[in-house]
Amino acid sequence: MQISSRQLDKTTIFDVSGDIDLANSPAVRKALLKEVRDNRTPRVVMNLSKVRYIDSSGVASLVEGLKASRDVGSRFILFGLSTSAREVLQLSRLLKIFEVYDNEEQALAG
Amino acid sequence: MFALESSQRGEEIEFQMKILHPARRSKARERNGDLSRGLLLRLELPSDPSLLCAVRGAVERLTESFGFSAPDCRAVTRAVDEALTNIIRHSYNGRSDRPIEMFFRSVHRQATPDASEGLEILLCDRGPSINRAQLCMRALEEVKPGGLGLHFIRQSMDVVEYKRAKGTNRLRLVKYVRAAKQDSNS
Repeated sequence: MQISSRQLDKTTIFDVSGDIDLANSPAVRKALLKEVRDNRTPRVVMNLSKVRYIDSSGVASLVEGLKASRDVGSRFILFGLSTSAREVLQLSRLLKIFEVYDNEEQALAG
Repeated sequence: MFALESSQRGEEIEFQMKILHPARRSKARERNGDLSRGLLLRLELPSDPSLLCAVRGAVERLTESFGFSAPDCRAVTRAVDEALTNIIRHSYNGRSDRPIEMFFRSVHRQATPDASEGLEILLCDRGPSINRAQLCMRALEEVKPGGLGLHFIRQSMDVVEYKRAKGTNRLRLVKYVRAAKQDSNS
């Protein structure tokens, strides 16, 4: 898995590629929490269009990012979910909890 | 039958895939008893999270060739991945050098009107006996991190059974092939 970030005004976009599983979800969690809690970025966007698989530990990292953003009053947005990623959010009844868009354009306009 | 063997040397992890000769299959059957009946694939691996990706790849290919629909291939792969994650995290407390064995077998649902073929997966670890209270699932209404793995396993498989035998934890998962329902989702 690889994770990199881009800045657009008051938005940070994380571009993630590969699978998010037990081996690398701690890295996702660390990057997210640093951006939300430490940098207090008003809007954090996760580009998951190149993520093929997310396991329960990956979902947990996203939930932590969401909760942290709620705590500091920022927005936490996901876009580009694969079929598999969408399934795990549906199975965990979290799909409606997250702000989810199909692509980056919609995510930034939302 | 394929046997995927792995070994760790320093930072490198090696995999070796073997096609066993029929004569060796019968020896394996003798050695493993019931575990070898209908055996399609056997995996032995250390409890290293970096190997989860390789196991998912093997399970994806096996479920595709078994005839599962695309959603069911993803479901079985997800269940196996979550079961391995639970073993690594809870049975072995995150240690990456403990043994895990997996047996994939073809089974048939009998004595029912909808008799069908299924894939049975037995995951064995040598961690301490599991407290059955730990196998309880949390309420999904709570939006909080963690505790989702068991939900994913139960929602993905038709049979989920746990037992302790011969000093090992044995998690048995079964998924039956659903007839005449092809889904082209990828």
